[in-house]
Amino acid sequence: MCLGIPLKLIEVNDAEAIGELNGIKRKIRIDLVKGVKAGDYVMVHAGFAIEIMKEEQAKEAIEILKELEGVL
Amino acid sequence: MKKDDEQLKKKLDYINSYENSINIMEVCGTHTVAISKFGFREVLNKNINLITGPGCPVCVTPAVFIDYIYKLSLNTDIIIATYGDMIRVPGSKPSISLENAKARGAEIKIVYSSMDALKLAMENKNKKVVFLGIGFETTTPATAIAIKEALKLKVDNFYVFSMHKIMEPAMRALLQDESLKIDAFLCPGHVATVLGKKGFEFLQEYNCLGVIAGFSEEDIINGLYEIIDSTMKKDFDTKNAYKRVVEDDGNLLSREIINEVFTVKDDYWRGLGKIPNSGLGLKEKYNRFDIEQLYPLDIKDEDTYNGCQCGEVLKGKMKPNECKLFGTVCSPENPVGPCMVSGEGGCAAYYRYHL
Repeated sequence: MCLGIPLKLIEVNDAEAIGELNGIKRKIRIDLVKGVKAGDYVMVHAGFAIEIMKEEQAKEAIEILKELEGVL
Repeated sequence: MKKDDEQLKKKLDYINSYENSINIMEVCGTHTVAISKFGFREVLNKNINLITGPGCPVCVTPAVFIDYIYKLSLNTDIIIATYGDMIRVPGSKPSISLENAKARGAEIKIVYSSMDALKLAMENKNKKVVFLGIGFETTTPATAIAIKEALKLKVDNFYVFSMHKIMEPAMRALLQDESLKIDAFLCPGHVATVLGKKGFEFLQEYNCLGVIAGFSEEDIINGLYEIIDSTMKKDFDTKNAYKRVVEDDGNLLSREIINEVFTVKDDYWRGLGKIPNSGLGLKEKYNRFDIEQLYPLDIKDEDTYNGCQCGEVLKGKMKPNECKLFGTVCSPENPVGPCMVSGEGGCAAYYRYHL
């Protein structure tokens, strides 16, 4: 619940978007981040993007996620 | 530990050069796990005391709330929609959990997001769908948006049981507890994306250092380095060691949405008891989505004693492995308290890495 997951936005439709990580796609909400577009990276908590990330930050966050994988 | 990384090693040596004793509390479940996983307690000198605080929202949920949800779930016209973390949390007795309610025929659905709970309500018009709203500032906006959508779409069978909490009053309560003596907080990076650095500057009133940190090994070393360095310089200004993600002002939009839907109320924390203004209830405009309007929650005794000392663990007064139930009666397979249930709980992290 508390662990943020970085996703790359594939599609953006109004308040909804499709985010992707390692080929897995997920429908998310983007109400809380203004002006995002396809190709942007966002930090997602409980189905909602709460922060826009730079590609480099997102890749780093994915690495951290791998390190903590299986724990959370 | 990545001992091969020279720069990190230098920082660790610097942290360990600090000779006085210092109590550093983390208040984020992901920090709890990362600190145990990366073995910081083994690498740091004993005078640098890392304490696990009340940062896991599941863990701070009082038994009486679980009892209430359990009872609620046994109504045949109710579907409980919840994040998966809540399923195994025991109430005042080990037999009281959502897992056991399900075995007794209750409809319990695990959802990934509050919006999935709203969808469930739209698909089950003949039932009341109760979403268990839990968490701090990272998940509260998600509940708020689902409620706003329910109003907009006129979904009249969607309800929320709000257990959402605010971290600041709990941190203030811990600082006012003279038996604790917290010198510094390792502040939660993701909550800080919403609150910003400014959201933790209240710590300065207590001459308590707060440093916002991320979740990688390097992030945590940077956070601890900043704590030790500032302590040596007697500089108690709140710091941000996670600048690549957290901004000074945080996410204003998220805070606006929280304030639009929720109002501050007194709330109960497992182990910490009742803390004034530490919880969030629905504003009057959104009352019709508040399950407590239909089924009032009656709190007589917020904590019942079953030998579990999660409360002392959450206050940082006891390390998880100092509890007499730890590893014997209480384990992740048969948890007695919530800190052993949640993957982000201090007891579960200790069980996994320090047993």
